[in-house]
Amino acid sequence: MSALQSNQAAPEEIGSAESTTSAGLWRDVWKRFKRNSIALTGFYVVCILACMALSADFLANDKPYYLRYGGNTYFPILRSYMVAAGVGHWPPELLNVDFKKLDGAQAFFPPVPYRPTNINLLEPLEPPSGKHWLGTDKLGRDVMAGMIHGSRISLSIGFVAVGIAVIIGLVLGAIAGYFAGWVDLVISRLFEIMLSIPTFFLLITVAALLPPSIFLTMAIIGATSWVGIARFTRNEFLRIRNQDYVTSAIALGVTDRNVMFKHILPNALAPVIVSVVLGIAGAILVESSLSFLGIGVPAELVTWGSILQEASTTTFAWWLAVFPGFAIFITVLAYYLVGEGLREVLDPRLRGLR
Amino acid sequence: MTGYLIKRLLLMVPTFIGITLIGFLIMRLAPGDPAELRAAGGLGAAAGAGISVEKRGSVDEAIAQWRAQYGLDKPLHVQYLVWLKNIGTLNFGESFKDNQSVWSKIAERLPVTIKLNFWSILVVYLVAIPLGVYSATHPNSFGDQVTTLAAFILFAVPLVWAATMAIVFICGGDFYYLFPPGGLESIDFSDNWPIWRKLEDRAWHIFLPVVLLSYDGFAGLSRYMRASMLEVLAQDYVQVARAKGLPEKRVILKHVLRNSLIPQVTILASILPGLIGGSVIIETIFSIPGLGQLGFESVLARDYPTVLALFTVSALLTLTGILISDLLLAAVDPRIVFGRRQQ
Repeated sequence: MSALQSNQAAPEEIGSAESTTSAGLWRDVWKRFKRNSIALTGFYVVCILACMALSADFLANDKPYYLRYGGNTYFPILRSYMVAAGVGHWPPELLNVDFKKLDGAQAFFPPVPYRPTNINLLEPLEPPSGKHWLGTDKLGRDVMAGMIHGSRISLSIGFVAVGIAVIIGLVLGAIAGYFAGWVDLVISRLFEIMLSIPTFFLLITVAALLPPSIFLTMAIIGATSWVGIARFTRNEFLRIRNQDYVTSAIALGVTDRNVMFKHILPNALAPVIVSVVLGIAGAILVESSLSFLGIGVPAELVTWGSILQEASTTTFAWWLAVFPGFAIFITVLAYYLVGEGLREVLDPRLRGLR
Repeated sequence: MTGYLIKRLLLMVPTFIGITLIGFLIMRLAPGDPAELRAAGGLGAAAGAGISVEKRGSVDEAIAQWRAQYGLDKPLHVQYLVWLKNIGTLNFGESFKDNQSVWSKIAERLPVTIKLNFWSILVVYLVAIPLGVYSATHPNSFGDQVTTLAAFILFAVPLVWAATMAIVFICGGDFYYLFPPGGLESIDFSDNWPIWRKLEDRAWHIFLPVVLLSYDGFAGLSRYMRASMLEVLAQDYVQVARAKGLPEKRVILKHVLRNSLIPQVTILASILPGLIGGSVIIETIFSIPGLGQLGFESVLARDYPTVLALFTVSALLTLTGILISDLLLAAVDPRIVFGRRQQ
């Protein structure tokens, strides 16, 4: 029995030892990740959120998918993409019209026939109903539409903010860990400074001083949240830099930059990935706090945090508090679950730390 | 120990200078000149009344005068050095907003924030440690799984959501009135009340903010506690203690708990910055007159001296927290020898 087991285990071990290409590692990671059903659920939630963000225009839009009007057939949502891309234009009879009020038109609307920016002052603060599934805010904007389009913000926060943090963190961590010595000492002081800085306070200060823009906000979040990634990278580089293959690469005359980013980095990436995924959750939390405080995001932009903010002032409108907060919570929880699942798969040493 | 303390304090100096330099540069290089901003209110009113060219000239003159008064016309490095010299004597300058001394504004609000954070840290440890001990002594039991799950979920709950839900549902909106929606004392609070009534009123007001500030801390810490306790439980000396016939309670409380508490001390340093960030949100939502609220208001008003001073004070608080937790670590763990082995 044990012989059989070791026989079965052997090819896998050899496979993972030999496959220095990252494709093999990631296939293995995915295979083991799949076994953790909770983490897998988190992963599917992230996927659903991503699909929702990508197809937001088709889920909540004040334009119909299909319109038959004046003897012609139109596909207004698709056309709006073409107009935005500069390859099409609106026919004069459809320019700046309210599609819901076209006489004698046959139209097929998305499930939520509003955009988050559609202001309707006749229906302020309506509780959830068949017409507005999750109610409306004080300007009569549909909350469901705001929630769907808000998922775009949380998705892009994940990519842009953490992308910036990863670039800064990897470069600084790699330099500190690779060169060690006084370079490491200086960069480590920088880490210490960033760790002792009241980050959230720095964030609201910078975000409030700059003109409100969602991309600037993402950049600021990225620029203040790289320390964790940088420290992980540094520690991995310190560990790996003394291994034989690095020494031989240096002996062969490979440039420092190539040793760092072509030879060491792929092997240092595994534990960094975990902090990246957890970093996405952190960035989403921070962004929601910022838009809750009304800092950094333009006033007309509807985000989950900005809907929540309205709830804190109009306290009877419970639907403004429950739904957007729940959306943030589920998103953050999903990223945490994925992060924890990856942590168990990628680096058992890190278990229980955060 | 003294040598270590001195070394640590010396190492704090470059860190402190680095932090203040970053804060100072951000404040000065940000778009939006405070002098222009200050004049903007008057200018706007004047424009409404139809401003003349001479009036614009006198406004420019006022701006220049004001800039000279606050030293904003000197080169940046001179401004920084002057500012650094002044904070040595707790002189953080005057607020752009109301010309009050910044330090007196901070001194007025510091106790509130310290009180809030003190109780929060206390709650974090008082809840997390028993939970962690329970989880670790009953590993994989039903209770352990429930606390693990609850801690994980709590950790993902956004503070802004928890606070808003509290305000909407239990703070006297259209639903329940279990807790006050803001402030630290009732409106009719008077010094003539008997002491128990004063305490009760204050406790009633501070309860919700403290719970909200601490929940993600105790969710996280209880996990650490569980992990570190399990690690200690697996040590040989625990087996020895059991083998020589000590009652389980004594093994846990005397031998395991003490050793697994050691790493928790260092966590203090890492939850402190989070608490300061959280105070901004909680104090703003519950209108508690602490540093967080002052910070938020000053940021919105671009009151640079106040913002910079708050930035410095909270960085100092964090640095002190890190230092204290390191010293505590040395105090509780005699195995840690500071000095030569460091670095």
